[in-house]
Amino acid sequence: MGRYVVRRLLQMIPVFIGATLLIFLMVNVMGDPIAGLCGERQCDPATAAQLKKEFGLDKPVWQQYLTYMGNVFTGDFGTAFNGQKVTELMSTAFPVTIRLTIVAILFEIVIGITLGVVTGLRRGHPVDTSVLLLTLVVISVPTFVTGLLLQLLLGVEWGWIKPSVSPDANFGELIVPGLVLASVSLAYVTRLTRTSIAENRRSDYVRTAVAKGLPRRRVVVRHLLRNSLIPVITFIGTDIGALMGGAIVTERIFNIHGVGYQLYQGILRQNTQTVVGFVTVLVLVFLVANLLVDLLYAVLDPRIRYA
Amino acid sequence: MRGATHATWAAGAAAIALAATACGGGGSDNGGGSGDSGAVLSSSWGDPQNPLEPANTNEVQGGKVLDMIFRGLKRYDPKTGAAQDMLAEKIDTSDSTNFTVTVKSGWKFSNGEPVTAQSFVDAWNYGASLKNNQKNAYFFGYIEGYDKVHPDSGKQTADTLSGLKVTGERTFTIKLSQKFSTFPDTLGYPAFAPLPKAFFDNHAAWIKKPVGNGPYQIQSYTKGSKMSLRKWDGYPGDDKAQNGGVDLKVYTDNNTAYTDLMAGNLDLVDDVPAAQLKNVKADLQGRYLNTPAGIIQTLSFPFYDKNWNKSGSQKVRKGLSMAINRKQITDTIFQKTRTPATDWTSPVLGEKGGFQDGLCGDGCEYKPDEAKKLVKEGGGLPGGQVRIGYNADTGSHKEWVDAVCNSINNALDNDKACVGNPVGTFADFRNKITAKKMTGPFRAGWQMDYPLIQNFLQPLYYTNASSNDGHWSNKDFDKLVNQANSETDTAKAISLFQDAEKVVRDNMAAIPLWYQNGSAGWSERLSNVALNPFSVPVYNEIKVG
Repeated sequence: MGRYVVRRLLQMIPVFIGATLLIFLMVNVMGDPIAGLCGERQCDPATAAQLKKEFGLDKPVWQQYLTYMGNVFTGDFGTAFNGQKVTELMSTAFPVTIRLTIVAILFEIVIGITLGVVTGLRRGHPVDTSVLLLTLVVISVPTFVTGLLLQLLLGVEWGWIKPSVSPDANFGELIVPGLVLASVSLAYVTRLTRTSIAENRRSDYVRTAVAKGLPRRRVVVRHLLRNSLIPVITFIGTDIGALMGGAIVTERIFNIHGVGYQLYQGILRQNTQTVVGFVTVLVLVFLVANLLVDLLYAVLDPRIRYA
Repeated sequence: MRGATHATWAAGAAAIALAATACGGGGSDNGGGSGDSGAVLSSSWGDPQNPLEPANTNEVQGGKVLDMIFRGLKRYDPKTGAAQDMLAEKIDTSDSTNFTVTVKSGWKFSNGEPVTAQSFVDAWNYGASLKNNQKNAYFFGYIEGYDKVHPDSGKQTADTLSGLKVTGERTFTIKLSQKFSTFPDTLGYPAFAPLPKAFFDNHAAWIKKPVGNGPYQIQSYTKGSKMSLRKWDGYPGDDKAQNGGVDLKVYTDNNTAYTDLMAGNLDLVDDVPAAQLKNVKADLQGRYLNTPAGIIQTLSFPFYDKNWNKSGSQKVRKGLSMAINRKQITDTIFQKTRTPATDWTSPVLGEKGGFQDGLCGDGCEYKPDEAKKLVKEGGGLPGGQVRIGYNADTGSHKEWVDAVCNSINNALDNDKACVGNPVGTFADFRNKITAKKMTGPFRAGWQMDYPLIQNFLQPLYYTNASSNDGHWSNKDFDKLVNQANSETDTAKAISLFQDAEKVVRDNMAAIPLWYQNGSAGWSERLSNVALNPFSVPVYNEIKVG
């Protein structure tokens, strides 16, 4: 187990380097970011040259990348154009997005799995059909439509919530945005769980458990659900990364100043330091989440062992 | 039936959220007081692009803050745009080159430091110096010694401007490197604001919480999300704040800000989203403002490209201009938040300031038949097609560029006469322009720095001027501008600038499209809301309650 984890951690290194290099090059291809700093006019050449030097943009790309990586390993992610340290931006943005992600994941787990179990156990039942139909609707409606609609209905028409989230972004405020963010994944979780449960219901071990005379609740929770959760856990695990990085739309709609907001602004202003820094951390989150998922397999199914 | 369930738990979640926000929200110091001068209003904001130094702020969001916390030698009247003395007791000159400035006594920064002549000179030297990377440094370019502290290339050989000399506690002299009669009128721009010693002594702390001499002081500032400004009771000026303060809230999307205004969580939105323009009158029942700002949109041409700079080209350019149905586009696409342009300046200057309605003449009128004839006479479109360059990331330019092309195509009876040529990001768009890589006309927006006709002409059309993106060059124009700058009589200077503008017209150096308006919407709590010529709300005059 320990060796497996170490091996996986080592495998992260090339993925990490490759991902940062790609992002670095992509942002670089977009051209000189200084030109966008002076509004609708040409930056005066002296100041532009000075700024380029300060941000290290006057050097060749490979050299920029090496310096950047060198700094990253000492914990220095560079400075954004507005003079703020990228680490400072991260320390304000990530807690917000993590809270949002937690809310979203909780919705996925609690509602998604519950609905999945209920429908999986009652295949063909009217409940099953209507939930299936509902998930289909949720999946097909884009997030920004759900977001804007809920914002308008709950925020403006009925006045139940504030349409925008305050800078503190506490859990209470993030419930509706979290729901919007989770909606599509939630539908997928429901469908995944349903299929998995329905399939495993007919398996031998369930029949044995029922034959042993175990209470139905124990059969479902301990035997059936535990084995059926593997694909669902895989999905939720990868979804953590996707939710954190993909919250741009939701964060914009509800004015949440999280990772999506910083990324969006960084891209608009071609701020290499911000974009690469945030994406690097997101890549790490993604990798760690995947590792955790793999380790969870062993917990759910003792037959799976890592050496 | 499941649908209903879905709605109930969404609503349940919302109810929890509501309860939670009720505890966490608000909390400002206007505890129920319906009073006028103590109440705080909230306003939409965007994250300033640069650190909030006066000489480093070149966009509206940072400009909003500077306008509240700083007062300079002059201030532009929010209504007329005329430059009026603020901290200046008098500014004297006899030759339009040497100026003597006397600062009024009794002014202080909100930290108690007095505002002296030194505060100005130090601030200007800081702004001009190359090593400080100030993006508005070029404002000080007229002052003698600028080429030493801010050379175009190489190292600076001086730290201070030789043209600035402190001659007393409250007096200093300015020597310019050229005659510039209207120079004092440029001093209302925030870049010329005075700075306290605290700025230089502890710069990092000042940037975190700027201190100025305006009617407001900053109570707290959380970068990227919120700034709370409160009325400064010790403010000595006449334009004291009429409210208790302003909370600026950063919005990523102006649609969200507008939604917040509708829901009553925000008092003032100063950028009504284009998508809402149709509903804004009904939504806000008159609490909406749409006034001209000092912004003109034009189409520039790449004069470095031979195809656009040969004899007869001006006929093609004029023809294109006459093929654009400005009225239709401003009415339908912009919902009248733009006004068709009839000259190259802006209505905010006023007749006295040099704005001349109709100076463009028939060149800016929609005459499709004549347009077709002119383009033909001028040798046709270069390469058979014009491609209008614009940036696709912000400002929703695609819609109007397509409409302009449509109009041109119809006028010229040619489906392929004009197409849009989008560039991914604004920075890249600027890059292409700076690198002289544009092959056809491109969108150019000009927001004035100060309400002077000079500012609409010299930086844009003077040979090798800082914002002459098309690299147009004309001896007659340059000569007239030089004459105008050395003319001490303001009225005469303005008429000379207008003559120069006529040279621009005769060559159609750029196609004027429309004047941009500033817009604002506000809640029932507010009254006396106005926008200044820079489309920044005049916060200190807003009344709450």
